[in-house]
Amino acid sequence: MPSPPNRKHVLGLYGERVAGQYLQSLGYEFIERNWRCSIGEIDLIMRDDSRYVFVEVKTRNGLGFGSPLEAITEIKLGRLRKLVNAWCASRQLTGIDVRIDAVSVLVSRGKVELEHLKQVF
Amino acid sequence: MLAKALSVSLFGLAGRIIEVETDISSNLPAFVLVGLPDASINEAAARVRAAATNSKLPLPGRRITVNLSPASVPKQGSSFDLSIAVSVLAASGYFASSRVEGTVFFGELALDGRIKPVLGVLAAVVAAKQLGISKVVIPAANLGEVHRISGVTVVGYDHLTQLVADLGVEVPVIAAEPRSFETEIAKNEIGCFSEVVGQEDAVSAMKLAAVGGHHVLMVGPPGAGKTMLASRLPGILPRLSEDQAIEVGAIRSLSKQNPFEYSELPPIQSPHHTASLASMVGGGSAQPKPGLISLAHRGVLFLDEAPEFQSPVLEALRQPLESGQITISRASGQAVFPAKFQLVLAANPCPCGFAVGSGKDCTCSSSSRMRYLAKISGPLSDRIDLRIQLNPVNAALVTAQHPSAGERSSDLQLQVTQARAASSERLKGTPWLLNSEVAGSYLRRELRLSKSITKQLDYALDQRLISMRGYDRCLKLAWSIADLTGRNTPNLEDISLAAFYRGSEL
Repeated sequence: MPSPPNRKHVLGLYGERVAGQYLQSLGYEFIERNWRCSIGEIDLIMRDDSRYVFVEVKTRNGLGFGSPLEAITEIKLGRLRKLVNAWCASRQLTGIDVRIDAVSVLVSRGKVELEHLKQVF
Repeated sequence: MLAKALSVSLFGLAGRIIEVETDISSNLPAFVLVGLPDASINEAAARVRAAATNSKLPLPGRRITVNLSPASVPKQGSSFDLSIAVSVLAASGYFASSRVEGTVFFGELALDGRIKPVLGVLAAVVAAKQLGISKVVIPAANLGEVHRISGVTVVGYDHLTQLVADLGVEVPVIAAEPRSFETEIAKNEIGCFSEVVGQEDAVSAMKLAAVGGHHVLMVGPPGAGKTMLASRLPGILPRLSEDQAIEVGAIRSLSKQNPFEYSELPPIQSPHHTASLASMVGGGSAQPKPGLISLAHRGVLFLDEAPEFQSPVLEALRQPLESGQITISRASGQAVFPAKFQLVLAANPCPCGFAVGSGKDCTCSSSSRMRYLAKISGPLSDRIDLRIQLNPVNAALVTAQHPSAGERSSDLQLQVTQARAASSERLKGTPWLLNSEVAGSYLRRELRLSKSITKQLDYALDQRLISMRGYDRCLKLAWSIADLTGRNTPNLEDISLAAFYRGSEL
């Protein structure tokens, strides 16, 4: 049962949309958004030339709990790596180049700040 | 961004320069320390991040990798905080790394950015100087121990913001609270020899001990003044030279007596007889700490109730007494600490303490009496030049003695200093400073006395009344007596007196 949309959820969806638009403006090709399986969810899947880019988007509306990027822990990264494998398996893609990126979206006082980190392992 | 700062890693008194490199890469925020840090250095990551943030110097939300190189040297302690902070701040672009080139940083950070005192500052500064470093930054609270160091610029700061402000960063400087140095209390607490009642012989023996650096054993009943005499000995020893005081301070900086003030007063250590072996000779696995024998370097080690000490503790003194240093070997390496101390032992004549004079008050059995002092006999006892027998003070002496009758420590110190000047003049060009250190062969060859003067000793040696070492020790003591009385060479009387003090029968 999908949970009812709340503030946090809406903020997250907004951040993912902004991040997607930003990456497309860099020339990345949009592949998929919010791909889910039993392990979890991949926020954004894009393609940068021949390379598939899996993007974890973190959106916050303040720095009270630290920078959004600090919320991406080793555990989350580990899960993301498994998700990448699961996605490739589901698409039956082998021998492709992949990359994991992180994008932080900071929304505060009507301004949106984006930070994009490539290849975060 | 890449940046570099320097620090010093200490093992014993030996230091090594450690390069603290920082790389900030575009990656998820993390603070990674590599290069064989121990647990306390790994915690530096949290301290440095908090201290920087609270000093209005936020660190970038990126992956910060700090490398302590050479990576093969084990590092230990919180004193790397400051160098890590400086390296990270330089890598973050607050100032150019070249501004701190050749500067060693040594200190611990508090979460609010204060720079806190650490152990081993003087030792680190001395080591850095020897390694050719020209500038060292330390916690301001440790400045008291290093202010006499020359040849290297030492700067102290209380707060990280003060440090970076001096590096040209515009940051609101947080003034640290005023702090007072924990000053040397012992300085004024050394009593005067004029306070000692009725032990003139013992006082002159102590004077003699001070002249030649001879080890002393005092035997006497409780309350005769053994502790008084021993505790006043540093007061008549010549003041330490600046180099010696720095050497003594460097050892002290590694102990827990920290922070402290620079002092030229010879140290005295008076451990209780329950002292453990490690506390006496030094120890510790990762970073060996100096023991009391090293803290008494160039001063006095006073063992009250010496026979009550554990035998291994007493036996452990033998090697440092001979070599003047102690080597502490651990799996991680060997630390050498100097330990050239003057040993003063005090003992009761027997377990109950009353076997003096006729001994009629003594309740001990003859066998326990014999066993008691036997604990310090053998090789240790052989290194003791002066044996003093103290008698109980009687009422006649107390009332007869005018309060100012005894010699004052300052006068005694003057005599000792003059006598030492004579001996150091004679020993110029040799590796020795004091009569007690001179090798026997040198005494018998270069400083040979005429046969008529040494005839008693020669006879005693022939009759196997004294050992060869005992023969040499008597000569050394005789030279000290001659120096004190102002004679150029010992005469027959000096030799007899030396033999008497040494407790040899001639």
